[in-house]
Amino acid sequence: MGEQDNGNFRRRDFLARAGKAAACACGAGAAAYWLYDSKGPEAAWQKQQLVTLPDFSVQEEPGRSMCIATGPDRKQTFNKAIDLLGGIERFIKSGDTVLIKPNVAFATPPMLGATANPELVAQVARLCYSRGNAKRVIITDNSINDPASCFQLSGIGKAATEAGAGIVMPRPNLFGHTTLAGGKLIRNWPILYGAFEKVDKVIGIAPVKDHHRSGASMTMKNWYGLLGGRRNIFHQDINTIIAELATMVRPTFVVLDGTEVMMTNGPTGGSVSDLRRANTMIVSTDHVAADSFGSKLLRLTPSDLPYLAKAQAAGAGTTDYKSLKPIITEMAG
Amino acid sequence: MRIVTVRRLSQALFFAVFTWFCIVTTQGTEWWQLRGWPVNLFLRLDPLVAIGTILSTHRLYAPLLWALLTVVLTIIFGRFFCGWLCPFGSLHQFIGFLGNRKKPLAKRVQLNKYRKAQCIKYFFLIFFLVSTALPVAGWVSLQSGLLDPICLITRSVNLTLLPIVDSITGTISATPRFYEGAYLVLAVFFASVFLNLLIPRFYCRFICPLGALFAILSRFAIWRIGKNTSECSNCKLCEQACEGGCEPASQIKISECVLCFNCLDSCKDNVISYEAVPSLGGEVTSPNVSRRGFILSVASGVFAVPAVRLTGWLADNWPHKLIRPPGALSEEEFLKRCIKCGQCMRICPTNVLQPTGMEMGLEALWTPVLNNRIGTSGCQLNCTACGYICPTSAIRPITLSEKLGLGEYAEAGPIRMGTAFVDRSRCLPWAMDKPCIVCEENCPLSPKAIYTQEVFNTVRDGTLTVKKISANTIETIEKIMQPGKFATGDYYCAAGDVQRAKIISNTENSIEIAPNAIHGETLSKGSKINVQVRLQRPYVDIEKCIGCGVCEHECPVSGKRAIRVSAEGESRSPERKIVLES
Repeated sequence: MGEQDNGNFRRRDFLARAGKAAACACGAGAAAYWLYDSKGPEAAWQKQQLVTLPDFSVQEEPGRSMCIATGPDRKQTFNKAIDLLGGIERFIKSGDTVLIKPNVAFATPPMLGATANPELVAQVARLCYSRGNAKRVIITDNSINDPASCFQLSGIGKAATEAGAGIVMPRPNLFGHTTLAGGKLIRNWPILYGAFEKVDKVIGIAPVKDHHRSGASMTMKNWYGLLGGRRNIFHQDINTIIAELATMVRPTFVVLDGTEVMMTNGPTGGSVSDLRRANTMIVSTDHVAADSFGSKLLRLTPSDLPYLAKAQAAGAGTTDYKSLKPIITEMAG
Repeated sequence: MRIVTVRRLSQALFFAVFTWFCIVTTQGTEWWQLRGWPVNLFLRLDPLVAIGTILSTHRLYAPLLWALLTVVLTIIFGRFFCGWLCPFGSLHQFIGFLGNRKKPLAKRVQLNKYRKAQCIKYFFLIFFLVSTALPVAGWVSLQSGLLDPICLITRSVNLTLLPIVDSITGTISATPRFYEGAYLVLAVFFASVFLNLLIPRFYCRFICPLGALFAILSRFAIWRIGKNTSECSNCKLCEQACEGGCEPASQIKISECVLCFNCLDSCKDNVISYEAVPSLGGEVTSPNVSRRGFILSVASGVFAVPAVRLTGWLADNWPHKLIRPPGALSEEEFLKRCIKCGQCMRICPTNVLQPTGMEMGLEALWTPVLNNRIGTSGCQLNCTACGYICPTSAIRPITLSEKLGLGEYAEAGPIRMGTAFVDRSRCLPWAMDKPCIVCEENCPLSPKAIYTQEVFNTVRDGTLTVKKISANTIETIEKIMQPGKFATGDYYCAAGDVQRAKIISNTENSIEIAPNAIHGETLSKGSKINVQVRLQRPYVDIEKCIGCGVCEHECPVSGKRAIRVSAEGESRSPERKIVLES
């Protein structure tokens, strides 16, 4: 390799070598030219391609925005409520890809009520398929505890899979940075955007839970699970972040499950004694209205939860849920 | 079929089984994840694990009985484990083959000749066994896991190779895995593997303490490799691929033979055979360990443990950051059993279990420690996976009832790994008057071990003078407020002994308060008002905290956390408790 006999070194050898040397030198020069950076790196801010979530809501129909069904059986109350709002067909069109965002925050069993009820999640998924003719239903959450454990222990992973829904784990590559128009906190912040790719409709499912910092965790707080990064920093201004999340996400509808309400030790719970049976299921196209009603189940008023008024002011919905003329129905126990 | 083909198939099969067991040790619902596979199989078959724990604890932990099978088979057949089964050995053989296959015959014979230095592996074995067996000053320590090939490859694949593959492909774990100090594990692994380019099966010949153990066990092997005639053409073909470096052409070193059968396969004259009669070329049955070497390794073993314990790590100078998983034995008993295989760190669903580095003492290197800054959420309350996978019961297999102190364990209480301490100089509500309580929110216990107390603190430059009051708006003389700053729902307006009123919004010189809160008659022009922030300050109830570390994991002070767990109060060391029982 590259061996040369000194005795036979001729002019043409010299010229060949000189040519190669010149080519290499020119290559080095060209590389330096192409890579030349006269300014050096800019200060911290990286210009990122920002993403925004589209509006997933459907056409409003007066008097059919909110339904409150009471009864002990989640499947029945949900079925009834969605029927009274015009049926799932009103929301899910044939061929739609539906994303369900249940609360899968904690690695706790379903009986503790810290996560969305697996049967309810499965029922929503099944209805999307059977009567909504959805093409695909996916379920996602950026859990607080270990995601795989959360989906497994909460029973949501199994129930959803059996209903034919796909689970999307919050992998790092699914997060994209977003800035909420007019937002104060959600600025260049990572959200679980990848899960929304090709999604046509979005449904939120959350239990009613006590929350020491914000007062209550319901359907609006449930969108916290779309945030990535060290999102806990937002607890400094919990009301603003919940209101901004409610502005950022325009769901098709939300399901607020007050069948069992976590009255104490929220939002983790940990004991069945933290739960109270309230037998109430709310389905609403307006998550501010749903949560405003839901505050009553925790024996609070909407004014106890400053984020409700903030969300209303930002145009995310109304705290005066009565103005939506909610359909109220009772199911036999 | 040629015997070497059978041997290669066996090696490929066991290597595949080993890799498969590494992959399936993943929590999840997919078919290729945890499904009751005997993922500890190789560790159980490893007699160095069994003998090591027998020497340190004088007991044979039930699952390790499998090692008896290996021992008996080795006594009868010789070092079949090295040549046919050991996944690390197979890897070495394959790399050695790749690296040396194009070298000329004479060079290969030279590479595979017997070397005196092959006795070093016996020194390692003696060193480990002595430090495990002899209670000098009552101290013993099981350290064979550092070089035990099964522990080494298990640790290397699970804690370094799979996570690296996963970080590229994102297929195995639901979220990326991290292992602190894994580079050291990987460096040892790569060094062992690439030394094969220097001399084939370098690790097996010079370092492997398990191979040394097998060598001693095969002293009376009934069948051995040997020459069935004293004369042969001395073509050396048999030594060109000798995996053990045991010189079958001349006087075979039985203790070095790994039963690769390459000699038998390559001999053109069928001079080499595997038979019950001794080799007619003569044989050396015992390892070549000099008296000096023996004394040196025994002496090192005797002094090693006392030497490292002089640091006081197991006495008053115990490392408080060494938070062991739930069910871990007391530190002294733990070090008698832990083989640093890393299975607990592999199975841990939250990735909080990490290999300990050098900073907790040499003895603790690569043993499991909780690092709440890594992983998805501290130690998961409803999980006991580490104790169930631990092959030696250094972490006991506890039930959930025992971990949580339920039922018959109610009196004993939950298993505590340590205690969380709020660092009031870093905590947002304590040090910076910012609302937060993420720690309280995430405490998984019911009732929570973290509770809060409400205080109202006047903010910086928050004492203002009233200029005018109208309806719900207070106008101030000062124009110093940042507009909107106090509109978060956490700020209040206080004046004298009047009821506080929640601030709805503010401009630079006016505050809008919640309706019907403060009445005009109690305030007038010139009155002082205080803008206050409502804080919920976290406290740890030391009688409830189990040290799971979820609070530390979630704390938004992301560098040095404002709430941190340290090992005081851990159940396994009653002498480290910090409060009296109530």
